[in-house]
This record gives sequence, C-alpha cells and structure tokens, in this order.
Amino acid sequence: MGEKILMKGNEAIGEAAIRAGCRFYFGYPITPQSEITAYMAKRLLKMKDAAFVQAESEIAAINMVYGAIATGVRAMTSSSGPGISLKQEGISYIACSELPCVIVNIQRGGPGLGSIQPAQGDYFQATKGGGHGDYHLIVFAPSSVQELVDLTMDAFDLADKYRNPAMILGDGLLGQMMEAVEFKERPKVNLPDKSGWTLTGCKGRKHRYIVPFDLDPRVLEKLNKVLDEKYKRIKEKEVRYEAVNIENADLVIVAYGTVARIVKTVINNAKKEGINIGLIRPITLFPFPEKIIAETASKINKFLVVEMSLGQMIEDVKLAVSGKAEVNFYGRTGGVIPSPVEILEEVKKYL
Amino acid sequence: MFEEVIIAGFGGQGIMLIGRLLAYAGMLEGKNVAWMPSYGPEMRGGTANCTVIISSEEIASPVVPYPKSIIVMNKPSLDKFEQNVKKEGLIILNDSLIDQKVSRNDLSIVRVPANDVANELGNLKVANMVVLGAYVKKSGVVKLDTIFKALEKALAGRNQHLINLNKEALKQGTELAKE
Repeated sequence: MGEKILMKGNEAIGEAAIRAGCRFYFGYPITPQSEITAYMAKRLLKMKDAAFVQAESEIAAINMVYGAIATGVRAMTSSSGPGISLKQEGISYIACSELPCVIVNIQRGGPGLGSIQPAQGDYFQATKGGGHGDYHLIVFAPSSVQELVDLTMDAFDLADKYRNPAMILGDGLLGQMMEAVEFKERPKVNLPDKSGWTLTGCKGRKHRYIVPFDLDPRVLEKLNKVLDEKYKRIKEKEVRYEAVNIENADLVIVAYGTVARIVKTVINNAKKEGINIGLIRPITLFPFPEKIIAETASKINKFLVVEMSLGQMIEDVKLAVSGKAEVNFYGRTGGVIPSPVEILEEVKKYL
Repeated sequence: MFEEVIIAGFGGQGIMLIGRLLAYAGMLEGKNVAWMPSYGPEMRGGTANCTVIISSEEIASPVVPYPKSIIVMNKPSLDKFEQNVKKEGLIILNDSLIDQKVSRNDLSIVRVPANDVANELGNLKVANMVVLGAYVKKSGVVKLDTIFKALEKALAGRNQHLINLNKEALKQGTELAKE
C-alpha cells in the first residue's frame, strides 16, 4: 500500500477489478482495450474459484456475465464501441433482472467499425440506456489511470448497492497510456446481503428464478416503477464531479474524461493571456451533475461543451442550464483528439 | 519542473521501451509521469512513437502537439516531428540513420551515431539506449543512476544478462552528449 506502480490504463482496470473481488471475466478482444482481456487471463487463470473465458463473441460474453452474477459473484466484461453495441441486449436483460456487474467501454472512433483511436461518441449509448427499454446504467467517466483504478472499484460497490449494472466509460487514450497509480486501502463499505436472491441451488429452500421479463403488463409496469425509484435514489446520492476555477470565470467549459484533462492545460494557458476559464468535469455521467451546472449557469453566462463527438453530452448540459446561459459546442470526431491550442482559439470566439 | 518528449523511430528499435524507462525513472524520482504510445497499426519496420511527460505538478493534457524535446531514431521521424519542437528545445537524433541536416537553428541538436556505437558494443539492439543516454545527459530530466534502476527492474528475470550491456550503451550515450 502507498507504493506507486507505473501501469497502463487497461491493465490498471484489470488489477482494480481483481482487488475489488471480481473473479469472473468474460470478454472478446478489441483494440484499444485488449490489454484488459489479456490481464484478466493472466491473473484469473491462476486463481482458485475464478473463471476467465475468451468468449466466441461479445454477445456470448455478456450472457456469461449474466449467468455468473445471478449466483451472486462479482463479474466483469469489457470492450470498445462495436463490441459494446453487441452486448446491449444482454445489458438490458441484466438491468431488467436488477443484477450488479461492471461493463467497461474503452471508446474508439465511430460510427460503424470506425477507427481505433480515442473518441467519446458512445455517450448517448452509455447514459441513455443503450439497449431497448427504460433503464440506466451507473456511468463513470475517469480521466486518469488513478481514476480508472478508483472508479472501477467504486463501480463494483455501487453496482452491488443498487443491484444495477455499472459502466466505466473510458477512451483509447486512457486505456493505452501509462501513469503512476496507487492501490489505496479502501474504507470498508456496507453492502446489501445478496443471499435473498442469488441462484445457488434450491436444496432446502423454495426455488427462485431470475428472468428479464414479465408478460403481465401491470406487473412489468410495477417493475419499471421500481427501477425508476432506484434511478431517482442514484440521482440524489451518487452524483460526482470536479469543479475548477468556476467562481468569476469568463466562460465555463464542461468536459469529461480525456478532454477534461486537455481543458486543464487550456485553463493554465488562458490564464497567461488574462482569460479566466472554469471547468466542470462530470465524474459520473449518469447520474449527471445537473445541479452544479444549473447553479453555475445562474452566475456565469457563457458555457462551452468540448467533446470528442459531434455533441452528445451538450444535450444534458443544455437541460441543466435550462436557457439561463449561452451554451456553445466544440468537438472533434473519428479518433482525433482536440489540442489545447485549438480549444483556446474556440474559447476566444465567445469572449 | 516540466518536460515533454516524443520518442520516435522504426517499430523494433525499442522506442516504447526507452519511453517506459524514462517514465519509470521519473516516477522513482517522485515526479508525476505519463507515457502514451501511438497505437495505430504499427508493426516491426513501420513507424512508432511515444510521448513521455515528467512533471513536478499534476499532468493535465497528455496530448503534446509541440514537445520540448524529441528523440528521433530514423529519418521519417525527424521529418514528422522536427517542425513541432518548441523554440530552444532539444533534438537528439540517430546520426547513423539520418544524414540530412536539421533545418531548425533555434534549438539544440545532438547527433549520436547510435547504431555504430551499438554495433561496436556487439548488439545493434542497444542503439536505443545510446540515444537515451545522450538525452538524459543533455536534458538532465532524470539521473542516469535512476535510469539504471529502472533498467534493472525492466530486465529482471530472463533478460538479466543484458543489463550490463544496456548500461554500457547508456554510458556511451552520455559521453557523446558531453561534446
């Protein structure tokens, strides 16, 4: 503990998952996240009461996760854009069944097979459900290798706490880069007991089942309401964000993940030119930090949303701002990473 | 203290490895570090590069369009990055494979016959250590001793026997940067 290790983002996710007690990993390789799969193979195959399967497809992998978590264990799968799309049916089933798991999406350029360079075009998919039906994932947006570690561990805890799938939404840059990380001693959290619902063999008790459906509309509506209540609780309690320099800023940028880091350089460069830029960095994308954005919008009248997409998170920012301030957008796509210089040029257009 | 360097060359020249050694050494000296590889469809013989940032402050952008320094191991890499180096920056280049002149005159240039030195040491593969040695000496970003420590860690196990050869290549690199 306390010792710093130089680790690649993808491997750090794997190590964090294992330290969080994840012993079951099912996945299919895809750039730029294949090191997660490789790391889990290297570690889990040597462990007792653990399983690693390189599945025949992403669809198989998510359904193996579904099976594993129905028994109460911690399990994970990971992929990038195209593979995450294939998993959506299974993710929707898991959300309907109210089972906890962690899904990692190390985003790459899209749409389609796209490119293998970093992007943020999967924001809608991650935060608005992604598959069919009314559901949400708890979505974390790390912006450093250390956060990949901390938030992966938190994702397992929150998934268990709310019996809901959680997603780590990273990108190729975070997955591929190496930074020093520390695996800190974590405070013990009290999580709900799973024994009331897990499928562990019904010897000596009444049988149970876990299914992702109910053919009686009224019963299914009741389940939807249960989910809705749960999402409300999550929105109330689990919002996380970082706010930098937002008091008296000339303009506030909203950005997450890799882009938020680049914006921190923009803030420093702008200061040298006498321009005061603030940053709101959502750490959870669902629940979205709408309150701080709304509060800021009543004091600062210029916002700029920067994403590696054509503009997805901007919709949530606009909802939070609710017309109280001007909201502009700057984005790069296809795997192109915006440079600090071009973002500052964009900022100047609005001052 | 803040340094950003792009290291570039052919795939197979050990570009990624010297980048990792540098980042690791920076971490051992208590700095914040980031190492970022290019990860296109690179392969042996293709081009590869990585960026290393070493800083006493939190590292914000890991993307470095205009580095303070570059280490280039072949001609295509010099062509690609030469114009991006900041004024008063540093170019370490592999003189064995690059015979062209550098067009910039607003920065320091160290020409290191890395392949020739490595060949004399009996192993072409340590050419990367020769340029790293020159870079460490000229930039003063980390101590050579700390690079040695990183090397011992990286080559522990089945590559143990290569440590001394690599150290020698690093030392010769530092000598070449003195002139």
